[in-house]
Amino acid sequence: MWWTRLSALIVKELLAVLRDPKGRFVLIVPPVMQLLVFSYAATLEVRNVDVMVLNRDSGHWGQELIERIQGSPTFRRIETAENQTDIREAIDGQTAIAAIEIGPDFSRNIEAGTSADLQIILDGRRSNASQIVSGYLTQIGMTLAAETPAGRRAMAKTVATVPRNWFNANLTYQWFMVPNLIASIALLIGLIVTALSIARERELGTFDQLMVSPLRVHEILIGKLIPPMMIGLFHMTLYVLAAIFIFGVPLRGSLFLLYGSSIFYLGSVAGLGLFISALSMTQQQAILGAFLFMVPAMLLSGFATPIENMPDWLQPVTIINPLRYFLVIVKGVFLKDIPAAEVLNQTVPLALIACATLGAAAWLFRRRLE
Amino acid sequence: MSTSSRARRFAALVRKESYQAIRDPSTILIAFVLPLILLFLFGYGVSLDTTRTRIGLVLEQATPLTQDLSASFQASRYFSVTVGRDRRMFENDLVLGNVRGIVVIPADFTTDYAAGNRPQIQVLVDGSDPNTANFVQNYAQGAVANWERQRQSETVAAGPPISIEQRFWFNPELTSRNFLVPGSIAIVMTLVGTLLTSLVVAREWERGTMEAMMATPVTAAELLAGKILPYFLLGLASMTLCVLLAVFLFGVPFRGSVAALYALSAAFLIPALGQGLLISTATKNQFLASQIALTSGFLPAFLLSGFLFEINSMPQIIQWITIIVPARYLIPSLQTVFLAGDIWPMFARAIAVMLTIGGIMFLLAARSTRKRIG
Repeated sequence: MWWTRLSALIVKELLAVLRDPKGRFVLIVPPVMQLLVFSYAATLEVRNVDVMVLNRDSGHWGQELIERIQGSPTFRRIETAENQTDIREAIDGQTAIAAIEIGPDFSRNIEAGTSADLQIILDGRRSNASQIVSGYLTQIGMTLAAETPAGRRAMAKTVATVPRNWFNANLTYQWFMVPNLIASIALLIGLIVTALSIARERELGTFDQLMVSPLRVHEILIGKLIPPMMIGLFHMTLYVLAAIFIFGVPLRGSLFLLYGSSIFYLGSVAGLGLFISALSMTQQQAILGAFLFMVPAMLLSGFATPIENMPDWLQPVTIINPLRYFLVIVKGVFLKDIPAAEVLNQTVPLALIACATLGAAAWLFRRRLE
Repeated sequence: MSTSSRARRFAALVRKESYQAIRDPSTILIAFVLPLILLFLFGYGVSLDTTRTRIGLVLEQATPLTQDLSASFQASRYFSVTVGRDRRMFENDLVLGNVRGIVVIPADFTTDYAAGNRPQIQVLVDGSDPNTANFVQNYAQGAVANWERQRQSETVAAGPPISIEQRFWFNPELTSRNFLVPGSIAIVMTLVGTLLTSLVVAREWERGTMEAMMATPVTAAELLAGKILPYFLLGLASMTLCVLLAVFLFGVPFRGSVAALYALSAAFLIPALGQGLLISTATKNQFLASQIALTSGFLPAFLLSGFLFEINSMPQIIQWITIIVPARYLIPSLQTVFLAGDIWPMFARAIAVMLTIGGIMFLLAARSTRKRIG
């Protein structure tokens, strides 16, 4: 009996979202576009940058350095500067991200075995990209230094650091980005769909009808919870397929673990959504409330920057963020073949968040009734 | 009809819209609370500067030489080091993310070093986070280079064959806050301009109050202008709050002029509001409007604007898409106003492009509004 009531509500909820062709469109097209566009766009590699060179050296080594910069795939155009003013204009107007100034004694000093000076000026407004460009330029300079007569003598004693990247040998950025987006986009969609569910009824006045129906409060909540979770699972499946077949992200762990834990993740997301929904009087408030949670949740999840880099007083705030735990699971299952015990470690907090938010939503809900 | 009554009508319209905007708590939430949170997070929480990454250091053979090198890693301000004897001690930690890298100083390091045989150390990093992986690699190399320099200065006094001096203009300390905070102001204005406006107008359509307004003598142009004027002012107010906080709380330098700041911001709000209007008249539904505003407004301002990711590095197709993202023109200019000063040729170009995009958005929005009534 309760099951017929509940399934009727679930069907009604699904219809409310999917009936309208625009609604179907918005549930499928934007998330897929987000995955495709953003996983290709979000890269911290730096390519195709323009730099400027001011070469005051007339010897061989200065020319050699410029040729090596030209040969590097990172750089697109190498502009030649005549004087310091050219450099200032290019950096100010952002036509070049870096300027390299080779001193007049560059070749002579290298031949003499004394230290030759090289100055690199970078645009600190784009400090992240500048740092990466400076890394590339320094690398080119060091390689050249190792080939100078003095460099060859020193070489024998120099320590070589041999880098090895586990889980992602070439540091392909998409292998990082796509698993992160799977978890984030599921949050984005799940939260808004759930947050709207009660607020819409309230705004349209159908909420009272729902209340006088034979459905009990917990049944209404479950009925509001399950459809967004189904939509979330559908999205996850779509993205997992895209990750494997379009982006070629290796799936090293078990899909079973991923799906098992995703039930709890989606549950906690839907719980948060219902809580926001119970708090808001209008759809607008629900959407903006969801947004108010989502932005900090994304920034404090370990997606953009590792949690351990955050200040100590801020790190505890991330404990209530479901995205934080699920990110570890998605990245772990895809790239690291993460052990089941660790997945469980991350799933327990998700289950707790789900219980707490659902409890709070039910309480708010009942209170509003009286 | 006389001009004065037209002006009075318009003023009444603007007043009505302003009350409506201010009365709704969610307006205040988006225009003032969310910017505070965003700025706070970018100012304190989210920093691209790596501080004290946890690594494991494996000393396969403890000799005075390897212990000296290990001490140099422990002294580095970029690492928090745990020392072990065997790399297997840390392999599981690397899987769980408890350490971000393992530095291995192999058993034959001391003999190779003494023989001048290119001694090697290995740096194993967690590639599942390429950014941190790169940092660990670079800082590990830096720690080794530091150590070598110290040892060399003890023996011979020769410097490196090429000494490279780096200077970062405008932001010499490379404080990421200094460019993240100006960038987040653009995002805040996108939220007010595009997300909030699209929701508000979509609600009017949803409830049918838009049609009711259409039936009054107000023209469609007046109606749209009356709707967006309060949000234009709200966007500027929100921006002002952000700038004050950025300068006085976070100590971000402000080297340009206030005039340039407002000119750029006002020019940016035109396409942002135009986009919000267009979305709402096209969807007439708050859920659809919110999703489309997120996908076409907020996320591109974040990801396709050069704020966090370099546009030049993106695939060509995506670089073309970024051409119509207004934030792409605002963010470099805002960073310039804060960190470099007034560079008017750059600002003029940005303003011209933003106004063009805005004009097109408004034309499209006005056209679709008229069509729906006819």
